[in-house]
Amino acid sequence: MAMLHTVNKSPFEINSLERCLQMAKSGSSVLLIEDGVYGALDGTVFSAKVKAADGLTTYVLGPDLKTRGLDPAKLIEGIEIIDYDGFVQLVADHDRIQSWL
Amino acid sequence: MSETKKFMYLNRRAPYGTIYALEGLEVVLIGAAFEQDVSMAFMDDGVFQLTKGQDTSDSDMKNFSPTYNALGDYEVNKIYVEQESMDDRGLTLDDLQHLVWEDEDEDYAKKPSIRVVSRQEMADLLEEQDIILNY
Repeated sequence: MAMLHTVNKSPFEINSLERCLQMAKSGSSVLLIEDGVYGALDGTVFSAKVKAADGLTTYVLGPDLKTRGLDPAKLIEGIEIIDYDGFVQLVADHDRIQSWL
Repeated sequence: MSETKKFMYLNRRAPYGTIYALEGLEVVLIGAAFEQDVSMAFMDDGVFQLTKGQDTSDSDMKNFSPTYNALGDYEVNKIYVEQESMDDRGLTLDDLQHLVWEDEDEDYAKKPSIRVVSRQEMADLLEEQDIILNY
């Protein structure tokens, strides 16, 4: 069953994203929201862990990136930026949601 | 004022996700009325508070990043940013707002407020303070 994992905390402050990446099974989706969007940045001490996660589709919420002044060009390659409508669509497309707080 | 003390506001949280950054900034502006020797320090996710280009038009939140520009007018002109925290997050000084203050002793010349310091220098700065307020 396809699961949607959401993460709303900075990976530099708490291990929510790290645990999410460890627990999410191949075929799952990960959506970074709120302070979780910092996990989408490339060139950080955490980015290798995101890149190493195999079989996951990773999304980031555009409005939360924009709020924080993060440049889409600085994101890890392959992470898809979505808007609120895309968030709703992801929720509809998955069987269950796991929120890593 | 009988005695001037060294106050440091130490910011370690990212903006928007929690209220710490905005609350801390408001306390700095209020505290400026007491004419103390004030500095601000940014480490860990606190360095994200100073990124330029913050735009809340799509998220309906209050964009308080322009307020950091007003700090110079409140004579808060020592803003220390830890190099290691920027490095860990893939940030350089160029990613941060260019904050300035006007030096009235030099014909109001605009001078940069941000001083990038090493972790060791930051530790020394903490040691020098009379009071550290944490946000």
